[in-house]
Order: sequence, then C-alpha cells, then structure tokens
Amino acid sequence: MSWLGNSSLTIAAIIGGSIVLALLGAFFGLLYRGIDRKLAAHMQGRIGPPIIQPFRDVRKLLAKESIIPDGGVSWLFQACPFIGLVASILLLTYIPVFGPGALLEGYGDLILILYLLIIPSLALVVGGFASSSPFATVGAQREMVIMMSYEFPLVVAIIAIAWRISHVTDINPFIFSTVAQYPIWNQVGPVGVAGSLILLFTLLVVTPGEVAKVPFDIAEAETEIAGGLLVEYSGRNLALFYLADTIKAFAMVSLVVALFFPYNLSPVIGIGAAAPAFVVDALFFLLKVFLVMFISVTLIRTAMARFKISQASYIYIMAMTLIGLVGLILLHVDMIV
Amino acid sequence: MSLNAIKRALWIYHINTGSCNGCDIEILAALTPRYDLERFGMMLVGSPRHADVLLVTGPVARQMAPRLKRVYEQTPDPKVVLQVGSCGMEGGVFYESYNLVGPVDQHIPVDVYVPGCPPRPEAIIEAVAKAWVKLEKAEQVA
Repeated sequence: MSWLGNSSLTIAAIIGGSIVLALLGAFFGLLYRGIDRKLAAHMQGRIGPPIIQPFRDVRKLLAKESIIPDGGVSWLFQACPFIGLVASILLLTYIPVFGPGALLEGYGDLILILYLLIIPSLALVVGGFASSSPFATVGAQREMVIMMSYEFPLVVAIIAIAWRISHVTDINPFIFSTVAQYPIWNQVGPVGVAGSLILLFTLLVVTPGEVAKVPFDIAEAETEIAGGLLVEYSGRNLALFYLADTIKAFAMVSLVVALFFPYNLSPVIGIGAAAPAFVVDALFFLLKVFLVMFISVTLIRTAMARFKISQASYIYIMAMTLIGLVGLILLHVDMIV
Repeated sequence: MSLNAIKRALWIYHINTGSCNGCDIEILAALTPRYDLERFGMMLVGSPRHADVLLVTGPVARQMAPRLKRVYEQTPDPKVVLQVGSCGMEGGVFYESYNLVGPVDQHIPVDVYVPGCPPRPEAIIEAVAKAWVKLEKAEQVA
C-alpha cells in the first residue's frame, strides 16, 4: 500500500508527496534533535537547551552571512549542501514512515536504500575537499574511511533479514511491504530470535556511525580538527547540512524501525477506519523512532567518548561484521534445527 | 530575517591570544552542569565560520595579532566580540611585556568587555547577555 492508495502515481502526486515528506522530515528531524539534546543534558545533570533549539539554530544560520572560501571550488562547495539535503529527503520517500508504506513503494527497495544512504555522506566529503581547508580535508578522509567501514556490517544485517524472509515467501524480500508482512520475529524459533537480536544490535551500533554522532563523529570532531568537514561552511550552506543531518538521522532510525519493528498499532486495538488508524499508526511510529533513537544515539553518545579513527574502523570492519555474521549463522542454524 | 533569531542561538568561538589559560578554564566552567551555558541556546563551536560570538581571551602576543584579525574576518556577519580577562584590556599580569602588541581593541572592534583575572563564569554569561542587548540595539538602528 502506498501513501496515496493507488499503484499508478502521477507525477504531481509524487512531487506533492515529496514536499510534504520533506517538511515532515525536517520538522521531526529537528524535533528529535532537540529531544536528543535535552535528554543528553539531563543525563549529564544539566538543564539543557529548550526542545525547539534546533529550529532556532536553523533560523539563525539562515539569517547569517554565507562565506565561500577563496581557495575553494565555489560551485562544488555550494552544490554539496543541496545534494546532501535532497538525498536525505529522497531516503524518506523510499523508507516507510508514519505507519503506511513508502511514498515510492515499488519503485525502489532495500538495495537502493543502501546506495542512497551513501550520498549525504559523499556530499559532505566532496564539500569538505572543495573547501580547501586542511581541517576539512582531514575530516573528509576520515569520513570516507568510516563510510567504508560501517557499510559492511550494515549490509550483513540487511541481507541476513532479507535472506531469512526469502525462505518464508516467494515475494521479493527486499521490498519493505514484504518485510512488514513477514516480521522477522514471527518467522523464527528461539535460536533465530537470538540471531535477530544480534542483527538488531549490529544495526543499532551502525546508526551512530551513519549519522556521525559520538563515539563515531571522528570526521566532525570539534575539539581536534575544528569541525572537520564543516569547518569552512557558514550561514545558509551550514543550515542545509544541519537539516540534511537531522533528516538523515530520522530516515536511518526509520529504516531500523521498518526492518525490525514493522508492527502497527491499529489492527491490535481494532481501529478499522482509515483516518483514525493512520493517526494511531503515525503516533506509534513516532514512539518507535523515539525509542530507537534514544538507545542508539542519545544513550551511546552520552555514555561514551570519541573513538580514534583506527579504533572506529576496526570496530566496524572486524567486531561488528563478525557479530553480524554470527547473527546470520544463528538465523541459518535456526532453519536447520 | 531579523536579528531576533540570532540572539536566542548564539554560537561561541573561543580564541586564545596568549592567555595564561585562567580565563579559558572559566569559560569551560560556564559549560558545566553548575552554570550550563547551553540552556540559553549557546554553544561552543570549533570553527569561526560557525560562530556568532568571538570570545577573545589573553593579551595580544605579537605572533597572534595577524591571526586575531584573520579570525575576526573569517567570522560571518552579524557578529559580536567579547573580550574576557583583564590582560586583554591593559595587559594585566603581562603589563608592559616586551612581546605584547597592545590591548585587543586596538586590533579588532570589541563589543563587550569582561574584566577580571580571571572573571567568574557568571560574569561571562552576563557578558553574553549584554551582547544580546547590543544586537537588539543594532536591530533598532537598522
């Protein structure tokens, strides 16, 4: 089922739906960022900024002067924030958000998501190199290393789930509606549940790397390399990257929710009518996103200090990949016994 | 868009122009749970490009003078300059030292002065609040 209820989407519906999704994504992305900052402050014994602070930050950045460095590649430097933002919004159109299926359901699957997830990071890298600052160059190189590192465990987790679901049904297991129709927890026995939990853990550790949060924010480390990739960005360009970052965080957490918790509340409490069911499911979805974001972003970033780039890379390539493969093996063992 | 948006989300860049580290520690103290600068939406940032407030500590050492000017120019408009500590005004404990090139305001325009050696975190927070007022006045004139 798609957002608009029919399979033949017109161009106008896609454009309109994308705009609505972009606005909703920006709103909830910034809202969750505010909640994250508030909770992190409380956990450190501080009062913290008001929850609407990220909105104020973006408004302020839009009012500021946008400086383009003299030595930089001007057009690339200015294009990258837009590319990052558009790619982040594009993610939202393929990932099912707010309960029902994705806007472009059927036009792209999990494999496409894997590629789309790279583009915002890639925009950051290119923007960093284009700004000609040595700090940004170091940041861009670190971002590339971490990008290549978390890709492997991320793919292992997604492929493992799709592979297990492909043994239950003949429908393409990489489509979100299939994942939602056959939730992984309902298809497996006790061993498989253990394997799925391990895969969930892998994905929860990949998330802070994907959205560049402590302990994996080595590319933007303020205390070491002065903001890293973003060091030369100011004003509107920085605001666009800020927005892209919050939207990507929202999309990434939505992806975890769509893969592991594709349950809806409305069938359980027995609401049949379309409109109230949508509201209930949307609220339930926001709750699920909050829980996943709290565990994988807020809790981890408050509890831990920043890794070195070699440590972060090792954790992803060796430790998390192995842990993910153990989860995959457990899923396989579950089918044999 | 009005300056109203800026005064509730001030991002601060801290530049040390030869300070003894005393003021710098007091600035960090303002971020701790006891004073919690972040509850006013203020944040320490790592790059002058992101900053609204330039927080200068220390007397200006000869080597730092051109760097100070450059960092001031790198900060996007509109911006406020805070000068923290006595030594940036008249030398303080470094008074008449051979390697100093005068107070901060001979090199860049300073908006708010915070005397003290070092000033208390309350004084620094009050100075940022005064910077808000300054931005408001600039808005009324404009």
